[in-house]
Amino acid sequence: MADAVAVVLFVAVSAYAVFGGADFGAGFWDLTAGGADRGARPRALIDHSIGPVWEANHVWLIFALVVLWTGFSEAFASITLTLFVPLTLVALGIVLRGASFAFRKSLFRTSQRRVFGALFASSSVLVPYCMGAIAGAIASGRVPAGGKAGDPWSSWVNPASIVGGLLAVSVGAYLAAVYLIWDARRLADDAMVEHFRRRALAAAVVAGVVAFVGIFVLHADAEYVFHGLASRGLPLVVLSALCGTASLVLLVRGAARGARLASIGAVASIVWAWGVAQWPYVLPEDLKVSAAAAPNPTLATLLVVFGVAAVVIVPSIALLYVLDQRSLLPEEAAD
Amino acid sequence: MSAVIQWGGEVLAVDPVPWARAQMAFTLASHIILVPLGVSWACMTLVANWKAIRHDDQDALLLAQRWSKYMAVTFAVGAVTGTVLTFEFGLLWPKFMGKWGAAFGIPFSVEGLFFFLEAIFIALYIFGWKRLRPWPHFWTGVPIVVAGIGGTLSVVAANAWMNEPAGFTLNKAGEVVDVDPLKVFFNDAWPYEASHMLVAAYLVGGFLIASVYAAAMLKGRRDRYHRLGFLIPFTVAAIATPIQMAVGDTLARWVYNNEPTKFAAIELVPETDSDVPETLLGRLNDDGEVEGGIPIPGLASILSDPSEGTSTVVQGLDEFPADERPNTREVNTVHLAWDVMVGLGTLLFLLSAWYGLSWLFRRDMPRSRLFLWAASAAGVAGVLAMEAGWTVTEVGRQPWVVRDHMKVEDAATTNDGVWITFIAVVVIYLALATTVVLVLRSMSRRFREQAAVAAGGEGELVDDDSDTPYGPREQVRG
Repeated sequence: MADAVAVVLFVAVSAYAVFGGADFGAGFWDLTAGGADRGARPRALIDHSIGPVWEANHVWLIFALVVLWTGFSEAFASITLTLFVPLTLVALGIVLRGASFAFRKSLFRTSQRRVFGALFASSSVLVPYCMGAIAGAIASGRVPAGGKAGDPWSSWVNPASIVGGLLAVSVGAYLAAVYLIWDARRLADDAMVEHFRRRALAAAVVAGVVAFVGIFVLHADAEYVFHGLASRGLPLVVLSALCGTASLVLLVRGAARGARLASIGAVASIVWAWGVAQWPYVLPEDLKVSAAAAPNPTLATLLVVFGVAAVVIVPSIALLYVLDQRSLLPEEAAD
Repeated sequence: MSAVIQWGGEVLAVDPVPWARAQMAFTLASHIILVPLGVSWACMTLVANWKAIRHDDQDALLLAQRWSKYMAVTFAVGAVTGTVLTFEFGLLWPKFMGKWGAAFGIPFSVEGLFFFLEAIFIALYIFGWKRLRPWPHFWTGVPIVVAGIGGTLSVVAANAWMNEPAGFTLNKAGEVVDVDPLKVFFNDAWPYEASHMLVAAYLVGGFLIASVYAAAMLKGRRDRYHRLGFLIPFTVAAIATPIQMAVGDTLARWVYNNEPTKFAAIELVPETDSDVPETLLGRLNDDGEVEGGIPIPGLASILSDPSEGTSTVVQGLDEFPADERPNTREVNTVHLAWDVMVGLGTLLFLLSAWYGLSWLFRRDMPRSRLFLWAASAAGVAGVLAMEAGWTVTEVGRQPWVVRDHMKVEDAATTNDGVWITFIAVVVIYLALATTVVLVLRSMSRRFREQAAVAAGGEGELVDDDSDTPYGPREQVRG
């Protein structure tokens, strides 16, 4: 049963990486779009894409946290005890992002919008960096179990964490750019298609380089996970590399829909590869999934809640997407 | 150099426990203000929406549309402050979560479900104004109300569990080895605490929204639109108030029977006795004696168990070891908070009675300006009463985080930088609160300008769904 809950946890983490990661990436492109005039069009497109689905994406994070603390309380306690600083930065960054999301649309003066835009964009880079660094800290075994705190700084300022942070930022930027190409195409905005295609390619190359360097860093810094990736995680790593390459090829050829699917596949499979590589540890070589797991009735409750969520929430989200996509088309045609 | 670093480290290293408590209290106190709006506003919006469809009422329609947009802003901010709380459980109380997460987390996993639903249906409702026919659109609002109720019942289940822990088995090492999820969720305190908070959400939400329209009416905006904006929420609140008094009274008697230390703090009872007076205000001095205040002879005993009357024995603080009950400062806080809650609750009840009698005899709301003044203060009074009630239950549980099982000081993080995060959180939240108020006001101003344009004034009409969080996309113009 603990294994099933661990799978649920990774479903939430990979959903957050794929959907939430793209949201953060959109913030990255917002930050780098240039001055108020030059950046106006890409920013408008980003606003347009990010609006209606934002909160639904974000709830994945809360869901993952609740599953972690309920299902694997000891792991949660160890992570929060050691990684106090990056987790605090993540929480504050999410406040700033969320507040900007809540207010930016309601503010009409450019100066106000600019302040909130800047907050939104800079926290969009800070938050995924810290999350990647946290993943690096866990993967490299720097989070001790058993109620002891690890080093408050070197636990997340180290080679594996830096690779994790950079990977998270670049992968988010890559996902976002690929999604934005798709949206720009729906709006028949060729200039923006080209704008984001160049950026998607650049981000994909950066992410690829970081991942490549990361292999050597993990070899030196996170041995257990490295060996996991090189053995039982290998098929997923290969799948991720194939998907990544495919999405690059599709991008160059201008097939936005295929590139989108391939990029999702690349990111999801690398998250799963991490999970498989760590198996059977939740904190590598210190705390096993089975040892951290809550008593069975609690795990069963989590699985039931997840089942109900799947039955109730998936159709509701589908309804929202349908309403969003379908009704807007005639209006856009008229515009 | 290293001496300087060491010195710096010592100055910066501050005992995290008081700061963690302060930060948790501050962030919860902020979040709880948004809670009634998140829980009850959707219901009032649907009342207006219903009226609009049934009677083809344009004022009610406008009200429902605008409310749904304000609601989206307050919900988005509430989602953010709620996410912070999720992090804080771990960041501030890792040992609490590490030991009790398997039980304490259960209500939260259920709450997560309701939160997810609420977020989606708020978006659907706002999308639906221009995309669905009136009745199907109305029904997309109903899940928001249901999710608000379900979410309240779940979160309060977690808090009630801290007061009345149940549904777990410990081994000799004190680890949780078995859990009964139903007993955790439906613990003994749950029905009382959850109903009290749920009614509070409707009471406070109602008074808070009505107070805005009462203030507008005082400024002379007495058209039908503002009248409706006042009547709907105020009626909800006025119905909730007497119910809340009955629910609160039942809860207090339950506390008398089950949480004697909290009850002794509430009633300011240092020594076990019968014929205990109800002391209004007053405080416990350092010698543990009651000082000042207005004692009403025998009333605390009578209220604790009316069937026994003044002979009801109330357990005093001296029955319990000093390290297993609230200290003197905490007792004074609890007692004062209790007086504030009951005092403001009584005033709100009188205001509701005035309103009710006026309807009964004159078929209209009271006309006097005094009533409108009082009604425009009722929103803040309701919030204060709710904050005070929450203070009673939280401070009254001290020194425990899980009553009789874990103390707050044993639950806290060992990170000594909490005082820094506390300051950062206070600064950010103050900015956030200021912005929420400014944004809601600017929305209201813009709504009025748009109404003037629609009535033939100068200016440009904009599609005003897209300026709302969760609202549909803006049109991109190339």
